[in-house]
Order: sequence, then C-alpha cells, then structure tokens
Amino acid sequence: MSKFKVVHYINQFFGQVGGEEMAHIPAEKRMGPAGPGLAFSKQFGDEAEIVATIVCGDSWFNENLELATKTVLDMVKEESPDLFIAGPAFNAGRYGVACGTICDAVKKELGIPVLTGMYIENPGADMFRTEVLIVSTANSAAGMRKAVPVMAKLALKLVKGERIGASVEEGYIPDGVRRNFFDKKRGSTRALEMLLKKIAGKPFETEYPMPTFDRVPPMPAIVDMTKANIAIVTSGGIVPKGNPDRIESSSASKYGSYNIEGVDDLTGETYETAHGGHDPVYANEDADRVIPVDVLRQYEKEGKIGKLHDWYYSTVGNGTAVASAKKYAAEIAEKLHNYDVDAVVLTST
Amino acid sequence: MKLEVGYIDIKGIRFGDYNAVEDGILIVNPEPLLEPVLEDPLIKSAHFEIATPGESIRITPVKDVIEPRVKVEGGGGVFPGMVSKVDTVGSGKTHVLRGMAVVTAGPIVGFQEGIIDMTGLGAEYTPFSKLHNLVLVMEPVENFKQHEYEAAARLAGLRTAAAIGELAKELVPDETVVYETPSVAESFKEEWKDLPRVGYVMMLQSQGLLHDTYVYGVDAKRTLSTMISATEVMDGAIVSGNCVSACDKNTTYHHQNNPVIHDLLAVHGKLINFVGTIITNENVYLDDKIRSSDWTAKMANYLSLDAAIITQEGFGNPDTDLIMNCTKLEKQGIKTVIITDEYAGQDGKSQSLADADELANAVVTGGNANEVVVLPSLDRVIGTLDYVDIVAGGHDGSLRPDGSIEAELQIIIGSTNEMGFNRMSAR
Repeated sequence: MSKFKVVHYINQFFGQVGGEEMAHIPAEKRMGPAGPGLAFSKQFGDEAEIVATIVCGDSWFNENLELATKTVLDMVKEESPDLFIAGPAFNAGRYGVACGTICDAVKKELGIPVLTGMYIENPGADMFRTEVLIVSTANSAAGMRKAVPVMAKLALKLVKGERIGASVEEGYIPDGVRRNFFDKKRGSTRALEMLLKKIAGKPFETEYPMPTFDRVPPMPAIVDMTKANIAIVTSGGIVPKGNPDRIESSSASKYGSYNIEGVDDLTGETYETAHGGHDPVYANEDADRVIPVDVLRQYEKEGKIGKLHDWYYSTVGNGTAVASAKKYAAEIAEKLHNYDVDAVVLTST
Repeated sequence: MKLEVGYIDIKGIRFGDYNAVEDGILIVNPEPLLEPVLEDPLIKSAHFEIATPGESIRITPVKDVIEPRVKVEGGGGVFPGMVSKVDTVGSGKTHVLRGMAVVTAGPIVGFQEGIIDMTGLGAEYTPFSKLHNLVLVMEPVENFKQHEYEAAARLAGLRTAAAIGELAKELVPDETVVYETPSVAESFKEEWKDLPRVGYVMMLQSQGLLHDTYVYGVDAKRTLSTMISATEVMDGAIVSGNCVSACDKNTTYHHQNNPVIHDLLAVHGKLINFVGTIITNENVYLDDKIRSSDWTAKMANYLSLDAAIITQEGFGNPDTDLIMNCTKLEKQGIKTVIITDEYAGQDGKSQSLADADELANAVVTGGNANEVVVLPSLDRVIGTLDYVDIVAGGHDGSLRPDGSIEAELQIIIGSTNEMGFNRMSAR
C-alpha cells in the first residue's frame, strides 16, 4: 500500500532558520520532513509520509497575506498531497493566523483535508475554528510532545475519510459542529457532578455553551398609521393554492413572494398553508386566520392605514434552521426597504 | 417517605399455559392477560411477542415502555389514578421485575412512535435493547379518534404491566434497596446543615394534542407546579401519555427509574441534602409558561434550595419553559444544571435550542437528535414497518428496499433522553 502524501507548513523558528530576526523570510520549500515534521513522521509510521515542508517567516506571511497565500498554495499544489498540516503554532499569534489562513486556502482550493494545532487563545483559533480543524495545544512549544500524537491520529482519520468524533474525544477546539459521542457516565450523573462543582464555586465545563441570540430592539412606534405602508411576512406557510414554489412542509429551503394587489379576502379556493407542523384544517379553510389580509384591506379602505403592501412574503417555520431563516429575513427586509414599507405584521403558527 | 424496593431479576420470558415468575423466568399465558385489553371497544386485536437482548428484532412503532411493579406493603397500588384507585403511594414495600419491560407497539397514533432494535447499531442508542421485552402488539378498530385510541392503548399497557407485576408479589427479591425522602422539617436537621440543599425540577410534557403526562391520573397540563416524593414516582405516580418524538419522550419506564432521582438519593446525606422534587408542566400558552415557572421558582424558594437539577421532555416549544425555570431559579441565587438534548441539524451546525440565556451556563446534553444513522435490516419485525418513512426522524425513503433504515436518531426510543438516562452526549 502506498503511503499518503503530506505537506507540512512551519514558521522560520520551527524551520530552524532563526527567531524574530528572521521572521521576514519568504516561503521556501524543502523536500521531506523538518523540525516537528520529524516527530509527525514517526507517528505516521507506514501510513503517511511528509513529502515536503514549507518554511515561512511569520512577518512575511502576515504582511503579504495575499501573495504569501498564493505562493504557499502553489508550493503545496506541486506536490499533489493527500493531506496538509500546519504548525502546531501554540500561542504564537502571527504563526497561528498563518496556519489558519493557509489551511483554509488549501482546503478550499485543493479540496484535501487539512489540520493545524494551536492554543485556544491564539487569535488564529478564533478566526478559523469553524473553517478548519484546530487541535487544542498547550500555550508553548513545551507542549509539542503531547500535541503531535493527537494531531497525527486525527490527521490519519481525516486522510482516510473516517468519521471524526466529538471535540472532547479527538482533542480539537470546538468547531461549531455538534457531534454525538458516548461519554463514560450517564447524563444524570454528569449533571450531579457539574452541579457539585458549581455549588462549590469550582470551574466546570458546560456541555453546550449557550448561543448568543440576536435580540433586535423594536423600532419606535409609528406616529401616523393613516400614512403607513404595511406589509405582511409570515412563517405560517400561507401560499397561493397549489403551492407554486413548492415550499417544503418542514425545513423550508426557500420563501415565496406573492402579489395581493386587488385581493380583499383569502379563501379556501385561492390560498392554503404549506406548513406541516400543525393541523392545517383551519388555515386551509380561511388563510386570513394566519395572515390577516381581509382585515388590513378593510383598514386600508377605512383610511386607518395608508396602504397594504402589494406583496406578502411567506415561508414555513417548521423545523427550519435558524441559518436559513436569517438568510430569508435579510432578503425580505431588503425588498421591504426598497418598497418603502413602514411596518410589518409578522405572523407565525 | 420510606419505600423498600425489592428487585427481582428477570433473565428470560417464555410463553406457557400459566402466568408466573419462576427462577427469574417470566412465563406468559397470553389469553387471561389479553382478555381485559380486548374488552376495550377501540382495540380490534392484540397479541404478545417476546424480544430478547441480542436477537435480530426490530420493534416499531413503539408507544410506551413500562416496568412491571407491584405494591407489597403500604398504601395504594401501582399507577394510582390510572390502574389502581387514587391513593398515595411511595411508602411501604414494592417489588420490581428488573431487566424486563412491557412494550406497547403497533400502529397506534402514527407520527411519533419510534423504534427499538434489539441488536446492531440501533441497539446501542436505546436502553430498552438491554431488556427482555414482552411486546403487546395492538391494532385499532377502523375510524378511531386518535386521542381516544391513545388513551385505550396507554391503559392497556399499564394494566398489562400491573398484571405481570402481581406475579412478583410473593417472591423473594434478589436485591432490596430502601429509599427515603425527608419532610421539610427533617431536611433541616443538624447533621445535614453543612450540606447544600438540592432540589430536582422535573418538567412534564404537557403540550397537549397527544403530548401529555399524567400524575395520579390527572392530565399535567391542568395542574399547577407541585411537589412529589421521589418514592411516589418509583411507584408509578407519573405515567406517559406522550406521542412526542421518540428520542426524547420520557416513557413510563423512565419515570419509574428516573436517573436524576436515583443519583441524588445515592449521595443524599453525604454530598448533598436532597430536599425534594418539584414537578412542573410544559404548556403551550405563554401565560401558562410564566405561571408554572413562577410557581416552580416560588417553591424552590420555600424549600430554601441552594441548587437544583432541571430536566426537560420534548424540544422546541418546551425549550422556553426550560430557560424560564432555569433563569428564575438562578435569579434567586439557586444554582442550576439543566439536562436537555439538541436539534442542531443533520450537519450539526445549527443552533441547538429554540431558546437560550447566558444564565443557563451549566448544560448536560443527551446529544443531537438530528444526527443521521443507518440501521441494518433485521430478521424479524414486531409491529410494522409501514410508518418508518413518516415517523419523526424518518423521511420519504427512510426504509430502504433491503430493509435497512436511514433516519435521524429522533426515531429511536429514548436515544437522546433528557433525564440523563444515557451516556450519549455531544460537543
């Protein structure tokens, strides 16, 4: 069996060119492993070999980001490797940023697995943890002996296309992808142990750090409703009968924009819901129950509101990922802005 | 309250022409057990099947899992208000047929019943693959109303489990454990004064429309938050009437063997002072959510708790109740750990909960229910595969031509349990 080909990126210090005084050197390629690459080679055994090592000055890389990325990328390309490794960079900030940048570029341009390692507080970790896998290391090169086996093991898994375990199992910095694994103790026991630490004021680690929710402060109230242009936006899935855009009943991949010029009332013959998360009988009988077109039209005629916007926008909220909802909302908001809409009636089910 | 629980280990189940437990083997004569089940006009047919750990068997769709127990001494009977008449349980002596369960299965409601695989990958995710299961397979009459049939199927399972439990009344247990919960006055006794006062907040699924839990026979959505003794829970005071997604449905078995209760009792008087259990509901209306979580916080305050574990059932809408309970306790200075599960999408990249707060800084997770698994084809199916594609966690084409199933973990009963029943977690 032939060995997997690996290209390794290190900085001038680990390439034994010199310290800070040599940080200006441009990237150079050496054949075979060098510096920490020797330790990696040992770990890889017969399974993989470092065919080339790219040594680059930290200042040069960071001060010539675009050129440096392209130069290193070309050097990697020449070797047609199966895997790319950078670092580990420990707590060296510019080195960490370089490792993250080049790993990200190699992954995107060459489509091969990449791996780096750094200390959790390295600025490169925050910048790239969701883009590339970063093994969590100590904050100085003294942690090399511990970092190499962890990185080598994970690197081999990546290059073989094996399933990657959870961050706590594999030793990488959480990358924003939730992965299941079997812990040693059952959940209730873990909860009790966490509680005991919390009570005692000792450090404890939550299994799920709370996400930061986008809290949007409400707009100031509209002063004169008789001049306001009001639009309807819904996650209740109200669509023209037949669901022309085929919006999914759950986990919607799109939203629809529908013209309601001249429509005074939504009826069972003309509109329906695409939503699959509730009993649809009443929404299908009269879609005004979900989006109040009839009432708003009445208000428009009575002069209580300036105008009902000619379009309404609809998607299905059922099981739809927050990321998708955010994307649709941004697009819809832009349209509303372009039409000078003053306020929105936002309904759900 | 003081309850002595005698565990009788069940090592196998077989059919016979009488009903008994002999040398750890449950012998089942179906006819007398099925008679009361078939008396219900909504149940057209019913029969038993046996599933043993390791056998190539898939049970689906599963409604509930129930452990047979019987009151030997003390007030009341098991499943008070449901099977036995309403009377306070949790004291005296109870016998348990440990290592087995009565599983209700068959086309019951449709969408939200799951799978128990007795071997293979699926077996690793559900605790019920490790039990000797007596499966009660039922079929409804035509043109039934789902909520009425759910009640019939629920009762059939509980009655059957109670009848099996009766067989253990005179037996000598393999192991006996005494569980004791203090009164409020006792909880202040001198020897525990340096121990943190810990409570358990158990959230009960009560969204309605087949998402229900019953306490002494009362539908939990019609209740205010209240207190219950851990030993009452062991005697079946809380039963499941749920058709929520299979993975994080608290079956009746989960209630009977609540792991938080057992873990807290195990260190009670040593590391903590386990003062009491508060049960609170998960109703859909905002007023109810506010009222119930306010009440939970008030009761935690009455009990002078220092800390509490909060567990959930279901996902999405109840995440708001979970966060309200957590934050209202934290704001009173009561430290909390919450147990939940995640819906982070099949790619694991989405936000896991529908509500969040920075005060919820201690979370235990049962895992990401959206993770996709492929379950191998198994030799025998108890129940029917007809519903696999439409059950929550399944999709059009989940059931493949070769009999294997590609679906989200949601489809497996108890896989991401939010009482902390399992070892599974996520990062």
